[in-house]
Amino acid sequence: MEAQAIHPCAANSDERVLPSIFRHPSAAAPLLITQGAEALLYRSTYLLPSTPCALKYRPSKPYRHPILDARLTKHRILSEARVLVKCRREGVPVPAVYALDEAAGWLMIEWIEGEVVRIRLNEWLKRRKEEDIAEGVDDGELLELMTRVGSAVGRLHAIGVVHGDLTTSNLMLRPRSREVSNGDSETASKMLDGNVVLIDFGLASQSQADEDRAVDLYVLERAFGSTHPRAESLFVEVLREYGRSFKGANVVLKKLEDVRMRGRKRSMLG
Amino acid sequence: MIAIGLEGSANKLGVGVISHPAPGKPAQVLSNIRHTFVTPPGEGFLPKDTAKHHRTWVVRLVKEAMTEAGVSINDIDCICYTKGPGMGAPLQSVAVAARMLSLLWQKELVGVNHCVGHIEMGREITGADNPVVLYVSGGNTQVIAYAEQRYRIFGEALDIAVGNCLDRFARTLEISNDPAPGYNIEQLAKKGRALLDLPYAVKGMDCSFSGILASIDILAAELKANPEQRDSITGEVITPADLCFSLQETVFAMLVEITERAMAHVGSNQVLIVGGVGCNERLQDMMGIMARDRGGSVFGMDERFAIDNGIMIAHAGLEAYKTGFTTPLEESTCTQRFRTDEVFVRWRD
Repeated sequence: MEAQAIHPCAANSDERVLPSIFRHPSAAAPLLITQGAEALLYRSTYLLPSTPCALKYRPSKPYRHPILDARLTKHRILSEARVLVKCRREGVPVPAVYALDEAAGWLMIEWIEGEVVRIRLNEWLKRRKEEDIAEGVDDGELLELMTRVGSAVGRLHAIGVVHGDLTTSNLMLRPRSREVSNGDSETASKMLDGNVVLIDFGLASQSQADEDRAVDLYVLERAFGSTHPRAESLFVEVLREYGRSFKGANVVLKKLEDVRMRGRKRSMLG
Repeated sequence: MIAIGLEGSANKLGVGVISHPAPGKPAQVLSNIRHTFVTPPGEGFLPKDTAKHHRTWVVRLVKEAMTEAGVSINDIDCICYTKGPGMGAPLQSVAVAARMLSLLWQKELVGVNHCVGHIEMGREITGADNPVVLYVSGGNTQVIAYAEQRYRIFGEALDIAVGNCLDRFARTLEISNDPAPGYNIEQLAKKGRALLDLPYAVKGMDCSFSGILASIDILAAELKANPEQRDSITGEVITPADLCFSLQETVFAMLVEITERAMAHVGSNQVLIVGGVGCNERLQDMMGIMARDRGGSVFGMDERFAIDNGIMIAHAGLEAYKTGFTTPLEESTCTQRFRTDEVFVRWRD
């Protein structure tokens, strides 16, 4: 759900026929926001011009057998929606589910304003580098963000959901109030402000296993390390807050040490 | 420069001679000979018997390869052998043969990673420059992309390899192992129509096949007990061909999916399929549809180079040898565990 948009036609070379919901008369044609391997994300004003929503469309994969394709699309849309609804019910910050059609392959969810943590954090780090502020100096704002991330992930795990693909691209910062997010008046001190919202539950599953939770944290830790090496040292803040977030979180942190030791990969046989 | 390569990590014994002319010119395959240890239907190959097969045939194959290549011992620059990964006993018998040749001919040894051999040969034959590689065989299932001097593994099978799953199902059905169990499954699958429900096990860029094998084995047992079963959708009688068809459709869809995810991740639109399962035309077709959809293309190979062979070991070994890499005699061991990303790829930039 990033700011820049690609026109659907430009990205789709072969002009696929989109489901009817995409062709419904609305204030503006749906805008393609991102394209992953699995799904296309559109911004649509299908509901009301004043209420944008995110449309996640899983096009059918022509290489797959049609029966298998329909089965997988249906299963994935329903399981993503179920996880989102569960999170919403339990108060975990995620987009609300508005509608879905598992046969046509789409899921309509709340549009989250703001930007992903990856972009904001990189801008923040860049600005600090330009202003020549040393690492560890005056980084209370970043510490605070790490705390909010740790708390959000903790709340997710507490209700028995693992995300499956936690990266800084799947964490949004939603502005706290409408007036604040007004364009260029934003200063460096407010750049990391906002409520953390978890997005993209395409690989999420319901699990209470410490192993799965630890792998979730490990993936996030690696994402921080590879995407924002200069913020990596503060990842301990995420873990500290996570440890406080639910009963049993400390067991997960212990497990995380094991996961780190072996990495994600097994030793290969044959 | 000319190298001889010896491969015997599984049930194929391969010897090949390759020549690398001046830089920038394509490599020349001077000879590429293979002998496969084929077991009766319903049986797999055991390490002990496979090693014996390799020991019996290696001298004959080396002689044949040298004669066919038309080169003398003096023309050979180095002797390349498979260091791993693979089955212990067969690897050992080929390593012993390579050491013997090294001492006899007074030539340097080069230990080669089997997976890197497949990748390098695939790049050389197809001309794919920097593809995402799907390496699928009886022992390995990996999605690989090159970055900074290493072939990095983006996804892999977490339990058995996809080829192992197919081979073992061929054993369940007691299909012939000649020329290869997977080949015979492919032929049978062409007659299949009904798609039966099987588990689909993809997790991110990794996948798993043992649960699928267990399920299809159960379906095969049910079919044997009650041959009159009908498919709920088509109403037709279910045949072993339908089982092969369903198995292929499911596992190949998983492979294409993880490959597509890796392509999206690294931003590449070329795919290279290597390894024995890469000969399967249905897999190549499915991969082709996916790649075309992304505006890219797929590079596949035929059985001469996709199935384990000596020439790929010679080729990858010679690439390493040209950068000054050799394996001293006292370190010329072999290992069953040797990950693709352990190899420092000095010959690429």
